[in-house]
Amino acid sequence: MTAVSENGHRTAFVDNDKKPCGHGRMLRKEDPRFVRGKGRYVDDLDLPGMLHLAILRSPFAHARVLSVDTTLAEAHPKVRLVVTGAMLAEKGLAWMPTLSNDVQAVLATDKVRFQGQEVAFVVAEDRYAARDALELIDVEYEPLDPVIDVRTALSPDAPVIRDDLEGKADNHCFDWETGDEAETEAVFARADVVVTEDIVYPRVHPAPMETCGAVADFDQVDGRLTLWSTTQAPHAHRTLYAIVAGLPEHKIRVISPDIGGGFGNKVPIYPGYVCAIVGSLLTGKPVKWMEDRAENLISTGFARDYVMRGEIAATRDGRILAVRTQVLADHGAFNGTAAPVKYPAGFFGVFTGSYDIEAAHCKMTAVYTNKAPGGVAYACSFRITEAVYLIERIVDCLAYELAMDPVELRMKNFIRPEQFPFRTKTGWVYDSGNYAPTMELAKELAGYDALRAEQAEKRARGELMGIGVSFFTEAVGAGPRKDMDILGLGMADGCELRVHPTGKAVVRLSVQSQGQGHETTFAQIVAEELGIPPQDIDVVHGDTDQTPFGLGTYGSRSTPVSGAAAALVARKVRDKARLIASGMLEVSVADLEWEKGSFHVAGDPEASVTIQAIAMRAHGAGDLPEGVEGGLEAQICYNPENLTYPHGAYICVVDIDPGTAKVTVRRFVAVDDCGTRINPMIIEGQVHGGLTDGVGMALMEMISFDEDGNCLSGSLMDYLIPTSLEVPDWETGFTVTPSPHHPIGAKGVGESATVGSPPAIVNAVVDALKPYGIRHADMPLTPSRVWEAMQGRPTPPI
Amino acid sequence: MQVPAPFEYQRVGSVSEAVALLDRLGDTARLVAGGHSLIPMMKLRLANFEYLIDINDLHDELGYVRVEPGLIRIGAMTRHRELLESDELAAAFPVFRDAERVIADPVVRNRGTLGGSLCQADPSEDLSAVCTTLDASCVIQGMDGERVVSMEDFHRGPYETAVGDAEILTEVRIPVRPNGSSAYEKVERRAGDWAVVSAGAAVWLDGDGLIADARVGLAAVGPNTAGIPGIADALRGRHPTEELYGRAGDIAAEACSPVTDRRGSAEYKRHLARELTVRVLRRAVARIDGQEV
Amino acid sequence: MQVSMTVNGEEVTREIEGRLLLVHFLRDHLRLTGTHWGCDTSNCGTCVVWLDGEPVKSCTVLAAMAGGHEVRTVEGLEQNGELDPVQRGFVECHGLQCGFCTPGMMMTARALLDRNPDPSDTEIREAISGQICRCTGYATIVRSVRWAAAEEAGTRTSLETQATSGSAS
Repeated sequence: MTAVSENGHRTAFVDNDKKPCGHGRMLRKEDPRFVRGKGRYVDDLDLPGMLHLAILRSPFAHARVLSVDTTLAEAHPKVRLVVTGAMLAEKGLAWMPTLSNDVQAVLATDKVRFQGQEVAFVVAEDRYAARDALELIDVEYEPLDPVIDVRTALSPDAPVIRDDLEGKADNHCFDWETGDEAETEAVFARADVVVTEDIVYPRVHPAPMETCGAVADFDQVDGRLTLWSTTQAPHAHRTLYAIVAGLPEHKIRVISPDIGGGFGNKVPIYPGYVCAIVGSLLTGKPVKWMEDRAENLISTGFARDYVMRGEIAATRDGRILAVRTQVLADHGAFNGTAAPVKYPAGFFGVFTGSYDIEAAHCKMTAVYTNKAPGGVAYACSFRITEAVYLIERIVDCLAYELAMDPVELRMKNFIRPEQFPFRTKTGWVYDSGNYAPTMELAKELAGYDALRAEQAEKRARGELMGIGVSFFTEAVGAGPRKDMDILGLGMADGCELRVHPTGKAVVRLSVQSQGQGHETTFAQIVAEELGIPPQDIDVVHGDTDQTPFGLGTYGSRSTPVSGAAAALVARKVRDKARLIASGMLEVSVADLEWEKGSFHVAGDPEASVTIQAIAMRAHGAGDLPEGVEGGLEAQICYNPENLTYPHGAYICVVDIDPGTAKVTVRRFVAVDDCGTRINPMIIEGQVHGGLTDGVGMALMEMISFDEDGNCLSGSLMDYLIPTSLEVPDWETGFTVTPSPHHPIGAKGVGESATVGSPPAIVNAVVDALKPYGIRHADMPLTPSRVWEAMQGRPTPPI
Repeated sequence: MQVPAPFEYQRVGSVSEAVALLDRLGDTARLVAGGHSLIPMMKLRLANFEYLIDINDLHDELGYVRVEPGLIRIGAMTRHRELLESDELAAAFPVFRDAERVIADPVVRNRGTLGGSLCQADPSEDLSAVCTTLDASCVIQGMDGERVVSMEDFHRGPYETAVGDAEILTEVRIPVRPNGSSAYEKVERRAGDWAVVSAGAAVWLDGDGLIADARVGLAAVGPNTAGIPGIADALRGRHPTEELYGRAGDIAAEACSPVTDRRGSAEYKRHLARELTVRVLRRAVARIDGQEV
Repeated sequence: MQVSMTVNGEEVTREIEGRLLLVHFLRDHLRLTGTHWGCDTSNCGTCVVWLDGEPVKSCTVLAAMAGGHEVRTVEGLEQNGELDPVQRGFVECHGLQCGFCTPGMMMTARALLDRNPDPSDTEIREAISGQICRCTGYATIVRSVRWAAAEEAGTRTSLETQATSGSAS
């Protein structure tokens, strides 16, 4: 397999009107409604008699709840219901399980454990009145000392946050280890060079433009609950509601309509959803809860918050021998991490990156702090963001110490194509990869050598220009189910395909789009297999009553898992179509040849039947071959054999104003390899979005706290997200290394750029600051923090 | 979404009507123009009023940039976009266009006004720094007629101004002197953010190319946007040189009183006060010669 | 209080509270849910509509303030069953993903093109800089607006809509 680059970084012409019957660039089927303002988001729902719910939240990070007086709120003329933790406790609903087998308070009963924690809720006739009534609830708190700094959470004198857990006497959450400690130590002991760096991946937040919310509608007559909610995993949520609320699962319908971005923020179940359900159960009316932006930022699933010590061992000539790391993980007040249960640190174990090394070891301690729960979110592929940042930063630190070019160092250590499938020292089996051509293409698109020459000239003039490189290997598409489950639910996905008599089709998915374009991509996958035009294939998703069970969209798993399911279910239909075609053409099945959209008799292309004609016959009055049932449909549940391992090479160019220390991202070249490319337009869009996340995290985004545990990033004034002016015109390229185990060779791509871009940007900034003798600086690299680094006193983020 | 607490909405069609209503309602009422500072604060319930008096209809009366001999008068209801797009204003005081390009964002600039910005009196507010730099004065109208106060007297502290409960800022007057120019520069963490530090400078040269007068205004490094009188003293009568700009920068760094916050450490802000003072002086002087740097 | 205004060319009158935000008036009272909201502080721009022909953030304008004025929303972009070139540009150039910021982005883009029919990339980026998109990374939005400009100027021939270069094995 060879990478053939095209000249320049742009292809000049694309046929907009091209409508491929299968894979290829195709305009999105969902767009006509969105550009007309006819998207259907949760807050757009208006049911007759609908009430509005607002949540009262704790102003303290850590406090005992002494009393909650709701008298005045209940007297508000528009208020229908006020609920406190004590009331929920009576119903056994005050606590709910988290996705990591911990428990989380729905409404506080004993203590509040983070600023913004849910304390009570009001249901009123309109959203303004609901908000007003919150002011009328009087809560008496006894403030307690908070635990804010992860580094002191385990001190013997630290206040115990989780005294709700029996026998809990400290803030320890879990320990986790991977790799071989002794073997790694032996390799480090004989290495020429060992580089150690303390690296912080600060707490950040996915902050989708649509906040989280739900409309719950409980029908008191037939006991049915319909819940429209901003969820990335409607089926998993339904099962959990059945467990939490004790409702029979067949009486629960979860609908996830259009979602205004998820990025992992909409994977967990939040107390607000449960409150909406309780509100509807108690009032008998539909109840809507939509959080505001402050609530979204201070209480819902954050991401990262890893304090890492990275160590890398190498030979003098740049052969990487081993990597090890110690991690202190801040899990907030409740362990709400959404990760497969056997993977409490997500897939951080892939921190060995794209390199063929002799040994690796990681030791992690996770702690509770008085901060919002969460941990896995923001397009992180279950903590691969942290893993890739660690390895790609530490490799650059090694390049610095060896005075080696960072591309050369990486190329020297890549896993070679013939080593795939490749088992890493931490036990991950990379399915396929061909790294060098991807790196070479990125170099070529960036004009790497010319950039280095320009940099040398500029340095001579005192200008600060940096070139940063990162190379990542992702691991996406969880399961397989034997290894991976969420609260016992195996990570597999179902798919149903039904071809109607006229040859139009409907495909039903268990995954849910939050903007990824599933209605287009999945129609294309089926079209490629069956030859039915994508326009003739309706994609149904996001409704538990209408779709087969599956675990949902996160961790870039839609294409690796559900995409495989869609291809295989289409092949199943095609197999049945072949039987019917053999009857129609009166030949044996073995004599039929498939050409996209029709079967013909081998050697006689004129004797053919289209899939549409077969569909009509399948439903028609005529005879079908013996043993063949009528209809043309199939169903499967796809259990992935392995994860898929996309990779990519990124090069970032930054300029820093030496006077103000302000960083400008001048260029960004991203070459991604996600295997078979279904819709290149959509893939490019996924990459662009992730690169922008990278600029955000590297340069400006951070959820921070003061020493009292007040969240200082509770609005979009304080939690900064890149605008159009902070990001360059992205330059993208691709190579194709198909996955050997995926039916169409595709790998996930939704999070690749979010995972791969932060180290490229930080490496570029650090490279620009080389004249200052700087080897590392922590994100976010705001002007102030870059200036501090230039003064020789980089400050860790808090 | 956050929503404001209840209040009564009133709309007025003239300055005198506004003043009369304010006089009647006292401190229970607040004027709202563009609303882009006030309404978010009300939504977050950091500010509550019984009455909100909408003065957007006063735009006809108070939305103008008038160039007169020796004076430019800008109506308080002139919107940011109008200030940005006014070629007359840019010709006389390029500092305005420099600043307007980096104030909030284009959509907010469609709505926000000069008067609203000054009356919000945020220590990081850019137009306050511009008006301080240009030695502007503010015309305040009350029941007993109008009075004129200097920018120094206009700002009384963070979020406090000289405008009384029953008064309204109607106009900003800026003296025009010959052979001068001006510039503005802001360091922000991201487009649309409040300043980490920003600085404006205005310089006038005499016939010999010596500095006749110079003013520097800084934002986000003190309780209010601040003019630095020591800079004028140090620059007057001297040839504009890099060394001189550096000295002015030192004075600015010395005179300001930044605090450490999430936008940066006090030390960094002091550094920026110096750096930006040098830059805006350099650019203002270059502009007198018709150059852009 | 009672408020009357013109919305997408139609006169509407409703009884409202003085504190009602324009975005809620449009969404909850008129059921024009194409205009979204995404923050409390006028930072995100998902709520952008036109007020007398200028884009404004409708979460920071009171419905009462719009009384007697003209409002245009995303629902008013389509004319006589024909999509506006800006709408078509967003479809053609993948200028949207989740679609949440899209109505606001398109309203700003339409206003930009009305004032400046041939904007540079920088001018487009500046125009939309008060509006956050979490999905697209902005480049395809810039292309979308450029597409619309070229379409209106009749100069769209072989416009680039994609910029990925690469290779297959």
